[in-house]
Amino acid sequence: MSLLTIQNLSVEFPTRRQLFTAVDKADLSVEPGEIHGLVGESGAGKSTIGAAVMGLLERPGRIASGEIMLKGEQISGLDADAMRGLRGKKISMIFQDPLTSLNPLFTVREQLTETIQAHLDLTPSEAKQRARDLIDRVGIPDPDTRMDQYPHQFSGGMRQRVVIALALCTEPDVIIADEPTTALDVSVQAQILDLIKELARERQVGVILITHDMGVIDDTTDRVTVMYAGKVVESGPTEQVMGNPQHTYTRSLIAAVPRPTIKLHRFPQISYGGRETRFAIEDLASHWPKVENDPDKPLFEIRNLTKRFLQRRGLLPWDRDYFTAVDDVSFDIQAGEVFGIVGESGSGKSTVARMIAGLHPVDDGSVTFDGKLVSDLSDKAALNAYRQDIQMIFQDPFSSLNPRMRVDEIVAEPIRHHRLMEGKAIKKRVDELLDQVGLGSGAGQKYPHEFSGGQRQRISIARALATQPRFLICDEPTSALDVSIQAQILNILKDLQEHLGLTMLFISHDLPVVRQMCDRVAVMKEGKIVELQNTDDLFASPQTSYAKELLDLMPKLDDLSTEGLNAAE
Amino acid sequence: MLAYIVRRAFQSFVVLLVVGLVAFSMFRFVGDPIDNMLGQERTQADIERLRGELGLDLPFPVQYFKFLQGAAQGNFGVSYRQGRPVSTIIKERAPATLELALVSGVLAITVGIGLGVFTAIRRRGFAANAIMTISLVGVSLPTFLIGILLIYVFSVELNLLPSFGRGETVMIGGWSTGFLTASGLKALILPAITLGLYQMTLIMRLVRSEMLEVLRADYIRFARARGLNDRVINFRHALKNTLVPVITITGLQLGSIIAFAIITETVFQWPGVGLLFINAIQFVDIPVMAAYLMLISVMFVSINLIVDLLYYAIDPRLRTEGKTT
Repeated sequence: MSLLTIQNLSVEFPTRRQLFTAVDKADLSVEPGEIHGLVGESGAGKSTIGAAVMGLLERPGRIASGEIMLKGEQISGLDADAMRGLRGKKISMIFQDPLTSLNPLFTVREQLTETIQAHLDLTPSEAKQRARDLIDRVGIPDPDTRMDQYPHQFSGGMRQRVVIALALCTEPDVIIADEPTTALDVSVQAQILDLIKELARERQVGVILITHDMGVIDDTTDRVTVMYAGKVVESGPTEQVMGNPQHTYTRSLIAAVPRPTIKLHRFPQISYGGRETRFAIEDLASHWPKVENDPDKPLFEIRNLTKRFLQRRGLLPWDRDYFTAVDDVSFDIQAGEVFGIVGESGSGKSTVARMIAGLHPVDDGSVTFDGKLVSDLSDKAALNAYRQDIQMIFQDPFSSLNPRMRVDEIVAEPIRHHRLMEGKAIKKRVDELLDQVGLGSGAGQKYPHEFSGGQRQRISIARALATQPRFLICDEPTSALDVSIQAQILNILKDLQEHLGLTMLFISHDLPVVRQMCDRVAVMKEGKIVELQNTDDLFASPQTSYAKELLDLMPKLDDLSTEGLNAAE
Repeated sequence: MLAYIVRRAFQSFVVLLVVGLVAFSMFRFVGDPIDNMLGQERTQADIERLRGELGLDLPFPVQYFKFLQGAAQGNFGVSYRQGRPVSTIIKERAPATLELALVSGVLAITVGIGLGVFTAIRRRGFAANAIMTISLVGVSLPTFLIGILLIYVFSVELNLLPSFGRGETVMIGGWSTGFLTASGLKALILPAITLGLYQMTLIMRLVRSEMLEVLRADYIRFARARGLNDRVINFRHALKNTLVPVITITGLQLGSIIAFAIITETVFQWPGVGLLFINAIQFVDIPVMAAYLMLISVMFVSINLIVDLLYYAIDPRLRTEGKTT
């Protein structure tokens, strides 16, 4: 008998117009000590299964049919009180974002002991001892001190350990981990996944690991279930599914994962479900201004760039405390190349981009663009021309578009601001841009919330192209997106770069993506560039130990069939 | 922490000085106190003499400086109208206003937060929606109208509660309190409701919207996933997180409860400092006005300081300097 069995589960969300079936007749079973991966794109229904098991479906969602059994006892359809008794006691959950899943106003100990005492009949001092043991078990050093600290005093990885300790409070049978490492750096991700593996084995807990990351699935899980649009399309032992995928969707999903090993001309797109969109950039190229770049001189010369942030304010200079985010960084960007910066969060990579874009004032050092020192651009016209030449695409497609502006207004804004065109010509240009990023000109009449994450990122691209820039800064443009959408967006960027002769600064923490996108890569750590190489050389033979470590840590899909690659091309 | 308080106290001091300066520059537009102080049969000589005695012939910055000199020694001058020291008059009147403000403040906070939490949790319930609708009345009706309505219903028609005054008071060491007599407590009810109703509805609506926001947060979902019961989630985890913005607004509102007691005190003929101020304006009683305005600004400034310190008490993120490990 399995630990957790889900049979024929359907979850429905009735809306005013129609019935939306989030999960459609899904089957799943988890054995003790097993990590069962649940993989799929956003909207596939994988988190909904997790919520259904926990009895935490958002209203008006409901289990329409099927049953969920824990150790042979049916738990679907239990009343609210009985379900609460199970939650946290028999079934626990780990959420995606450790920064927001702990209450900021309570100490770690308070949150642990309240959970322990909610389920177990222990005295306060016993509960405290148990909390201390858990903190110790999940690998947080110095548990006696750390226990009485608040969540904001922990780093992201440490917070996720606290969340895991909370999930373990009462020796649960099943843990549902919903994207537990998506918000974390690659090195921290490896540690957290190891901890989950270890705990599953040691305590014989069944784990459902929900993720969209095929690399994580391959490295961590024993069995895997692939979902598409609410349906289970494939299920089986991980090696079998990953090594010899049977279903077309699984094959193209695996193929769409960017490889760190081979460089392909285009990102393979997911061909399942007929969603592939092609578009013609050639039209745009026909009237793109031709700029002759001096082949001997780099487009950007960055010298000794430094940025310090004030950490503690003080009236007197020696009372102040600074944090050096970027420390003496120098590099060149050649015209027409894609220059990548990789690094973990806090390494200063975004700060460099923001300084180049002029969003942060430069504390020290210089930025030279096309032979002119940017800090010398004092008159408004020259500064505006510079701003027109460089445009930025931000990470979060949800917060980088003004929700109260129509899409055509958003795209037209840079044109209006720089007074590049007037009247009807603006509308024509906007329609053309929206058309060419694959949205269709009708999209201009809508508001940002009517679009998905990937579509919004296309709007961002259209907006960035509106001023006909020479240089694009892409700050983690796809890290909030699914693999299939990521492939589409990155292909657009590649095409733009090729056809329009754009120069790009591409910032990412995702090494395989960098491998596919960039010509040269700088590796940043703690504000410094530790290694700068041609992409191929960096991936083939990293020179520094840090770069090597980063490459070793990234989840690999080397052993997979390349059959899928062909299928998707 | 201490440095912070010292810095804030210094800032508050500057604010007080500026408020005083503005107040003094305005007094000349209120009217001429001499007109009221001397009767019909006054001579030009009398006027000149009194003006000289009161120092009203000096330019206003000098008058202000003299006022500050006195105030620093605890001497706020002598009321033109009553001929008694202003500090004595305010000491007599302050208890009435402070007791009224205290009761209506407590009423506004407890009922406001309670109803706010209730309407947020039972967002779709009939009772919650009814409360929300009724609360619109509290927000939109002017204070004096509410006061008059309450007097009409409870005093005139039902004859349950007194319509004016404080009732019997008891003196405890120079503080006259209405809390200890039945008639004093009865007299408090209507003015306290009148004064606190607007703040109550405001706090309620604020708590409700903050609470709805917090209830969507990840840590609330996680708290549910940990199997905590609803009471703990709503009142421990959610409520505490709603408090920071609520305290900001509430603090400012409590200040205005004291400052705007004027209208309520006028409607109910409540013998507090508000009524004193209104009478002082009619008589151009400059020393009383000056002292009252300073008193109110001290109140506002210290409430603001307390609010900022409460942030520290509630939110640990402000307490530790941003270090993570």
